Amino acid sequence: MNKSALKLAIIPLLMFGFGFALVPLYDVFCDITGLNGKTGRVEASEINADLVDRSRTIEVRFLANTNTGLPWSFEPLVKKMQVHPGQVYEAVYRVRSASDNKTMGQAVPSVSPGLAAQHFNKTECFCFTQQELEGRETRDMPIQFIVDTDISADIEQITLSYTFFSVDQG
Amino acid sequence: MYNETTHDGEGAHSDHDHHGPAKGLMRWVTTTNHKDIGTLYLWLSFTMLLYGGSMAMVIRLELFQPGLQWVEPHFFNQMTTMHGLVMVFGAIMPAFVGLANWLIPMMIGAPDMALPRMNNWSFWILPFAFTMLASTTLMESGAPAFGWTFYAPLSTTFAPDSTDFFIFAVHLMGISSVMGAINVIATILNMRAPGMTLMKMPLFVWTWLITAYLLIAVMPVLAGAVTMMLTDRHFGTSFFDAAGGGDPVMFQHIFWFFGHPEVYIMILPAFGVISAIIPTFARKPLFGYSSMVYATASIAILSFMVWAHHMFTTGMPVAGELYFMYATILISVPTGVKVFNWVTTMWKGSMTFETPMLWALGFIVMFTIGGLSGLMLGVAPVDTQYHDTYFVVAHFHYVLVTGALYSIIAAFYYWVPKWTGHMYDERLGKIHFWWSTIAVNVLFFPQHFLGLAGMPRRIPDYSLQFAEFNMISSIGGFAFGLAQVFFLYIVIKTIKGGEKATDRVWEGATGLEFEHLSSPPPYHSFNEAPPVK
Ligand code: HEM
Ligand SMILES: [Cu+2]
Repeated sequence: MNKSALKLAIIPLLMFGFGFALVPLYDVFCDITGLNGKTGRVEASEINADLVDRSRTIEVRFLANTNTGLPWSFEPLVKKMQVHPGQVYEAVYRVRSASDNKTMGQAVPSVSPGLAAQHFNKTECFCFTQQELEGRETRDMPIQFIVDTDISADIEQITLSYTFFSVDQG
Repeated sequence: MYNETTHDGEGAHSDHDHHGPAKGLMRWVTTTNHKDIGTLYLWLSFTMLLYGGSMAMVIRLELFQPGLQWVEPHFFNQMTTMHGLVMVFGAIMPAFVGLANWLIPMMIGAPDMALPRMNNWSFWILPFAFTMLASTTLMESGAPAFGWTFYAPLSTTFAPDSTDFFIFAVHLMGISSVMGAINVIATILNMRAPGMTLMKMPLFVWTWLITAYLLIAVMPVLAGAVTMMLTDRHFGTSFFDAAGGGDPVMFQHIFWFFGHPEVYIMILPAFGVISAIIPTFARKPLFGYSSMVYATASIAILSFMVWAHHMFTTGMPVAGELYFMYATILISVPTGVKVFNWVTTMWKGSMTFETPMLWALGFIVMFTIGGLSGLMLGVAPVDTQYHDTYFVVAHFHYVLVTGALYSIIAAFYYWVPKWTGHMYDERLGKIHFWWSTIAVNVLFFPQHFLGLAGMPRRIPDYSLQFAEFNMISSIGGFAFGLAQVFFLYIVIKTIKGGEKATDRVWEGATGLEFEHLSSPPPYHSFNEAPPVK
């Protein structure tokens, strides 16, 4: 009888593990489906410059926010851009620290509409790593991005939003 | 409490192997007897019902009128949070475990639960867990105030210090539930009397078997969620923190992956209780026994696939909304099968309306109202309007109060003559039913209208157009609360004495506990397996 209890006890142990396995599963799922506005990343070398689709123009808008606890001001230098799918573009964000001390932040991107996210790829982005600013420093941070040529024809406008979160140095 | 009565009960089955309970307080601390432990669980549940109920009274008092009159908003939030946690984990779940302890061995012809020592542990963990949870109210930071669903980041980045006590309490409750569930499964699978095949088991046993599997599958996921909260709070992880690459929405996915099966944990044993009571008072066997078993199993399986109907407004893609909408609506099919079977059981039966039957009928009618509002909420496009309003509050109180709690009260009236050997006072039982039923509808029905009109849930103050319905609802609330204090009186009166119950108790009762055991049953019943037809 105790044997069957021990066998049963395996189920809760596995399920406890499963709870944690949901975390990577969730990310994989969002990656595959492009849900949750998670954007893709490609290497510049993979891009084929011949594939630019000049017949289509999509408007890309840029948004910037800072989360509470990070004394930075953060804004895009251009608010919007007209782009052709398949071509690499650069946009620049400016960050200014209002603190006297060193501060660190991590930018988290989000694309809307959600279905555009998996077709919105970046070759370079300040969001790939944590950013550190000296006291009162101002810095321009570029991103390079490319919109896939196979993005759905319904999409005429994409909004790219970044939120800078404070990273505890500790 | 039961000392004398259980001793008397030895009479019918008197046998030298039968040892009575130990004397005094230590009996309850050291007991491994399924009946004692069942009694302890039921008393814990009643205590928690009154404790959680008193917090509900604070909530309804504050909402009696618009404006802030009695409590601070922060304290109000602590009340809604603690009320929900105490009712779900303290009142409803332990009550069903108490019923399982009392009834499963008697129903399958077993002498006790399979793992009696673990049974003692499962119970005695709980008073510590709830003391710890309740103590947070007295702490400087106040009790948790982030709602019983404890969404991150409210429960991580912005949570009070007392949250760690909450986390530890949830861990303890989870361990207790998992141990209890393993015990139930081991008992049902190994200890049935010869001849008691699975498809002959009473439905209460079946529904508990399935519930126990749900418990061991999802309580650990809840434990995982609170563990992630703990490490996010103190050990630098960022499961739910976007800055570190985590995601607060993922908290909701993990929580509801536990949460939706959890609501079925609280209702499947209720289905078992109702399936026992209706045939007795309709004097007809249950209609569609095997379809009941399959319906219960399919509800349990489907319950793992619908969690995101709690998250329609988090910005899911349309395909996701449609999937979760159809899956949710699909669950109402097996649920409908059950209601249909109960009604058909009563069809052309010779019905009488003793107190347990009244509560069971109340269950069928009002649980169905809750199911219908659930169906409305399951329709993704309209849930955008209903979500986080009082309509949701009305929905889950119909399924949980007039559903789960009504079935527990029905079970009490139905089996208490068997347990104690005393009939309860029929007149008082009927008063209790009608008083509660009128009050509960005055309390919760207007909340549908409030929700449709747009009153958000979890707020201490509201705009003026909601005033009348809130006042009506509060009056119903006070009356319902008082009715349960009256119930306490009935319970004590029944334990102390009352008309002697026959062994059969009810004319139409069937099952081993009624056909082969005295009322009250001996302290150790079925040392020899009874014959099963
Ligand atoms: C026909 C069956 C049911 C359906 C279709 C259904 C559907 C739903 C939906 C869609 C919601 C989310 C509403 C929202 O937040 O916007 C909900 C909430 C809820 N349901 Fe049900 N439900 C059903 C049965 C039950 C049962 C049997 C129980 C418990 C015994 C239950 C307990 C709850 C609870 C506690 C909540 C609120 C959770 C919270 O946000 O605090 N439901 N239901
Ligand atoms: Cu649900």
